[in-house]
Parts: sequence; C-alpha cells; structure tokens
Amino acid sequence: MAARIGKSFIIEPLYSILEHCLKIIIAKLRLYWPLTKSLQTGLLLSTGLAGFMSARCPVIHWYDFLGLSLSLFLAIAGSTIINMWYDRDLDAVMNRTHHRPLADGRLDPNEALRLGLMLSVLGVGLSVVMSPLYGLIVFAGLFFNAVVYTFWLKRRTSWSILWGGISGSMPILAGRAFGMGSIDSIGILLALAVLCWIPTHILTFAMRYFADYQTARIPTFPSVYGFHFTRITIAVSSVMAALSISSAGVLIGMQWGFVRVLAVLSAGLILLATVTIFHPTERVNFGLFKYASIFMLSAMLLLSI
Amino acid sequence: MFKITLLDRFFLLATVLLAAWQVAVGINGMDTLPMIAYTVGFGVLLVAGLLLIILGFDALESPVVAILSTVIPLSLSLGLVWEHLPVYRILYLVFTIFGFVSIVITRSIPLKNKLPVIVLAGVHGIAGVIIFLLPFFLSFTGRAAPGFSLVGLGGALIGLEGLLLSFLKAGKPILSRNTTLKIMPGLLLLTTAAFVLGFSAT
Repeated sequence: MAARIGKSFIIEPLYSILEHCLKIIIAKLRLYWPLTKSLQTGLLLSTGLAGFMSARCPVIHWYDFLGLSLSLFLAIAGSTIINMWYDRDLDAVMNRTHHRPLADGRLDPNEALRLGLMLSVLGVGLSVVMSPLYGLIVFAGLFFNAVVYTFWLKRRTSWSILWGGISGSMPILAGRAFGMGSIDSIGILLALAVLCWIPTHILTFAMRYFADYQTARIPTFPSVYGFHFTRITIAVSSVMAALSISSAGVLIGMQWGFVRVLAVLSAGLILLATVTIFHPTERVNFGLFKYASIFMLSAMLLLSI
Repeated sequence: MFKITLLDRFFLLATVLLAAWQVAVGINGMDTLPMIAYTVGFGVLLVAGLLLIILGFDALESPVVAILSTVIPLSLSLGLVWEHLPVYRILYLVFTIFGFVSIVITRSIPLKNKLPVIVLAGVHGIAGVIIFLLPFFLSFTGRAAPGFSLVGLGGALIGLEGLLLSFLKAGKPILSRNTTLKIMPGLLLLTTAAFVLGFSAT
C-alpha cells in the first residue's frame, strides 16, 4: 500500500515532468534544426571529410574522424545560425524564407544568436585542440562566412558570393590540412574546385528566386549583370570546378576508373551549364542547381574511396 | 507532360549506378580506344539517367537529345569493332566521326528536306546492327563467351527504345506517348544490365 502511494506521489509526477521536458526539448530542436540548413551543412561537412580522406592517411583513428566530423558540424552549423540570425529581416520579406523560425518570430533572436555563438566557439575550440593549423582554417571559414560575407558584403555587392565561396571552400582545405599536417597544392586545388562550384549552386538559385531577392533588395549577379551574363558565369565556373576537381583527383592518385566516372560527371555538368546558355528555361536552370549538388557529393565520395 | 513516378526514379537510379560501375570497374584493362569509347557510351547512359531523375521526362523535349542518343550506339559499336574486328578499325573510326559530325550538322542547321532523318536513320541503323549482331555472332562462333550475347540483347533493347522515341518525336508513335514513357525507365535499366552482364562475361 505504502509502496503504491510512494509510486503515485513520486514516480508519476517525476515521469510527467520528464515527459514535459522532453516535449520542450523536441519542440526546440524542431525550431533549431532548420536554422542549421541541414542539407547545405551536410554537403559542406562531406567536403571536409573528403578532404581528410584524400590525404590517404595509412591509419585513420576513429577519434580523429569523429572529432573532425563534430568540429566541422559545430562550426558550419554555428556560422549558418549566425547568418540566419543576421538575415532574419531579409528572410521575413522573401517568399521562399518567410516561414523560417527566426523570420516568422517563432524563435527568439537572442536565443538563436546565443546558440550560433555557442556552436561556433565549440566547433573552433575543438578544432584548435585537434590541430592549431586545422583550427585556424576552420576559424577562417567561419570568419569569412559570418563577418565578411554576411555582415559586411551580402547587402552591398553581388560579388559577396566570392567570399561566400571562399568560406565554403574552407572545410575541404581544413580536412585536407588536418590529414596532411600542412597546406599543400592539392588542398588548394580542392578548395578552388569548391570555390568554383559555389557560383553554379548559388547563382542558379539567385535566378530561380530572382523576385524574392529583388524584394529583399539583395544585389545578385542576375539583378546587376543580367541573366545572360550570369549563365555564362555559371558555365565558366562549372568548367573550372570540373577541371580543378579532376586535376586534384589525378594528383591524389585516384584510381583511373574513378577518374573516368569523375570525367563523365564533369562532362554532364559542363553540358547542362552550356544548355542553360543557349536554351534557358527555369526547369533546366534548376536542374543544373540539383545536378551541381549531386556532382559535388559524388566527387566527394570518389575522392574518399 | 507524363509525370515521373518513384518506381521510374528507382529504375533510373539503378541504371545510373550500373553505368557508373561499368565506367569505373567494368572496362579496366582494355585498349585505350575501346576504353574511351565505352566510357563515352556508358557515360552518356549515366548522365542521361541522372538528368531524367532530376528533370523528369521533360528532358526528352530538348533538341540535344537526338544528338546525344546517337552517341551511345556509335561509341559502343566503335568499341566492339575495335576489339573484335581489327581489320575494320580505321574504316569504322572514320564512319563514327563522320556520322556523328553529319548528325550534329544536319540537326543544327534548319533543313526542310528529309536529309536529317536519312542521316540519323543511316548512322543509327549501322551502329545498331553492329551492337545487335556482332556479339551474337561472336558468341555463337565461340570467339567470345556465351554470356557476351547479352551485349547483343542490350543492343536490341536500346534500338527498340530509339525507335519508340524517334517515332514519338516524329508524331507517328508506335505506342502511345504515356506507354512509351512508362516503359522507358525499365527498358533503360534492362538495357544497361544486359550490357554490363554481357561485358563482364568476357
């Protein structure tokens, strides 16, 4: 009898408190998760891991791999949240983004900023502990993304994507530098490949959501230089990305079979970019955006094998 | 436009993976020219599969399709001739280059006569017959493993796809548009699987 009373007075309320806390945590996570732009973060994380694997370390310790994954995830997600926090006024006026948790007021901006800063500090801190050079490159990526791209240039010039690109190329350089212990020419070539791939990714997006960017008064290549010039820029950057990544693949000593697959995928990217110049349609344009993502993910996979 | 289904995407993804495997592993150790030819042929299958997954059947409306679809039979037949009919190597290489350039020119310049169709049918026809008959001939005469005849089956299937699509685009469909598009991903997968299995038999 006493045990039953004890159970109903202690365990059940405790259980309901725990259940309530869990519900709050899940609800918060549902709000936080979109802030990390999980697909973009995942793609950048995959470049970092591919950079590390490309170093062909004779022995890969699980704790190195885990540390690399965790530090890159934290730093990339942190800087993305800071970007979301700063751009919440722009997101609120754009059709594509007005439903984001910060833009529609579901999440307190200060809370998001604290989370972004905390993840960034943890990510950079962990990477510095793992290797000072690796930490420096991760920090540079975060700095270029948050300070140079987001705070300084995004609202001022369409060339801000160059800095966004440099920031996006840091994870692969960091991963490679962590594996090699230094920055080498292949690492720079890999970073160049990602840097050249980013315009293909971002500019096709800027064309698809042209009206949105106009409403938010963000200068983009299509609004400043026109669609035709933007398409040519995309084609040129696609060719450069394909050449850089294929050259890096050969220099790394990738098996010839995988080099052939990379060459085929590169040819597809260049073909699609060329088609968008001569037969531009919105569908082909967005098809290029998707193909470029698949290309990059496949290239990273091939570099890692 | 006929919508692409989840099953279609699955078939196309399997086609892409099979073609990628063939490019990466299946043609190792061959001479340079057949290796390039097969890389191009299976590469076009790979990219075509990816584009169909991404763009849906709208991708078939592009004028580039007629030119690109010629590359598959031309490159595969060039690889086969180079490997198995050494006497005709140079002759067939010249035919391949000349045939491809002719198709690109006749498809790029607006011509109101039947020349583009004649050129396309001629080049496709010769390349198709080689991919279809040569593997069967080599298998039955014992000059290649019996399984190599699957390459001929793949050639027959890709020829069938080419016919269905060509007649559909010409406005005289053999099967209805919906039926043609419905069976295409499955046919592409069967074709690629037949090619991959056939080549692995050698």
